[in-house]
Amino acid sequence: MSTELSHVVGEHPDLPPPVTEVGVIGWIRHNLFSSTSNIVITVLTLYLLYVIVPPMLNWLFLDAVFSADSRDDCRAIAEAAGDELGACWAFIGKRFEIFVYGFYPAEERWRVNISFVLMIAALIPVLFDNVPNRKQGLWFSLAAPVIICWLLIGGMGLTPVPTDKFGGFMLTLTIGVTGIVGSLPIGIALALGRQSHMPALRMVCVAFIEFIRGVPLITLLFVASTMLNYFLPPGTTFDLLLRVLIMVTLFSSAYIAEVIRGGLQAIPKGQIEAADSMGLKYWQSMRLIILPQALKISIPGIVNTFIGLYKDTTLVIIIGLFDPLGMGRASLADTKWQGLSTEIYVFVAIFFFVSCFSMARYSLYLEKKLHTGH
Amino acid sequence: MSSQPEAPVLEVSDEVVIKIKDMHKWYGAFHVLKNINLEVNRGERIVICGPSGSGKSTMIRCINRLEEHQQGDIIVENVELTNDLKNIDAIRREVGMCFQHFNLFPHLTVMENCALAPIWVKQIPRKEAEATAMKFLERVKIPEQADKFPGQLSGGQQQRVAIARSLCMNPRIMLFDEPTSALDPEMIKEVLDVMIELAQEGMTMLCVTHEMGFAKTVANRVIFMDGGEIIEENEPHEFFDNPQHERTQLFLSQILAH
Repeated sequence: MSTELSHVVGEHPDLPPPVTEVGVIGWIRHNLFSSTSNIVITVLTLYLLYVIVPPMLNWLFLDAVFSADSRDDCRAIAEAAGDELGACWAFIGKRFEIFVYGFYPAEERWRVNISFVLMIAALIPVLFDNVPNRKQGLWFSLAAPVIICWLLIGGMGLTPVPTDKFGGFMLTLTIGVTGIVGSLPIGIALALGRQSHMPALRMVCVAFIEFIRGVPLITLLFVASTMLNYFLPPGTTFDLLLRVLIMVTLFSSAYIAEVIRGGLQAIPKGQIEAADSMGLKYWQSMRLIILPQALKISIPGIVNTFIGLYKDTTLVIIIGLFDPLGMGRASLADTKWQGLSTEIYVFVAIFFFVSCFSMARYSLYLEKKLHTGH
Repeated sequence: MSSQPEAPVLEVSDEVVIKIKDMHKWYGAFHVLKNINLEVNRGERIVICGPSGSGKSTMIRCINRLEEHQQGDIIVENVELTNDLKNIDAIRREVGMCFQHFNLFPHLTVMENCALAPIWVKQIPRKEAEATAMKFLERVKIPEQADKFPGQLSGGQQQRVAIARSLCMNPRIMLFDEPTSALDPEMIKEVLDVMIELAQEGMTMLCVTHEMGFAKTVANRVIFMDGGEIIEENEPHEFFDNPQHERTQLFLSQILAH
């Protein structure tokens, strides 16, 4: 080893790191082969992937049949091609419209499509603050639910469509989005109410939250579908879907309230004191100081609740509404396509995964964007 | 802070701006403030010291109703502090406060922190509020940090922002609740310098602090509290050189020993 210095003491230059520490090799060394146990896990994982992935790809894509007229047809096509028996996606293809629109009349389905586009357009200014003309966009977002409601239900110039025709993904989206949009403000109000200095208000909020949390959603849905008729004056018809929407919204708002309460409690008392000392009113401090911080902390919990709510929409099947899962099960009764339940469940699973994974990614994006500390 | 220049002679008017009379406060059953009597004239700089738990923070927090007193009167700028929200708001508009832990709003930039209250409480247009905020940020010597978030600043810088934020509301009285206690030693000076400047401009100040150098430089009165009572008050030289009460002597010997 040379003892001669190539530089003056105190002025050591920055040298590039050894190749084993950076780049692909560095990453593999640090993450996959850093210790004996890690090496074992890496090798086992690779083996498992080898066992699982190729057959899965075969079933999903390579051996799958995408157009056929019946299950036997599917089989015949696969045999003719000399393939193993893969998925029979032709079934999903033939039933696709029912999966998307439910029993919505075929000639009125354009209204569902427009509603979907409007929903996306209304969500963009709410979800992203860097879009151009966001202020006008938000006004549109406020108006959109009314327009969508009119489009879907009809009346006032449009052919009325009864809500029991709703089904499939549009039903999931209707319940899911209404629940999410409705439960956040109610949840915030409940969380603030639970912290209120007014005993009566606090007690009402606590009672509501604890009652809703203490009862399973299915029970509430049953209550929605049967019990309410006893309480309402005879002769009033109360739309089943509307009852479900109200119950799902209330149910998730109780959970949201508790998540936000956690966030509120994490805000140091000094924040409200500083706001008070500058003369901000209660609602001003809540809106400008406390809630922005509390909601930011609560994002993971809020999105968690929303994902739960979105998936729980499948429970409406038991009170006779046909969400995608219900549609799928109903489709299985068709003798031409009997026995293709795997395809249906995989298809529905993919739909839910895509929706929920998007929500999860959005929540990560939001957390990162709102991060201001160091 | 022996390097500070001698205290300039500052005008103190005889207009009483804060009057606390026979004030008592309890936390539950605990009698935390006992028979507090204090009058503050316009332009006075008062330092309040005492061992921890002596009620000094609680006392100044009563002045802008961050704490509620149960007995006695507090009159600030001729407004009596009662449960009437209008009075509380009126007093808070005149009284600024700085906290030990700064209490800046971490989700807002320095500029937004400063402009928030003028915009929402005083309904000043945003442009104007931001111009005022910039003026005060320049006065506390950190205009270049205006677009940063509090979490990106050092403790001393944060406390200076907090002072600027209070000044943006144009208060006539400033309360300081241990403004340098949470700071590293090398940052204490930058905050004290701002406070000294403020005092020299004639701001009425009540300051809970253990910075005895600051007390000697700018205070015209030092108040010593212990066990929820005002034990002794005097002008600084007299207070430090010739403490009357035994507890004051003990406190001063402990605080000046090192």
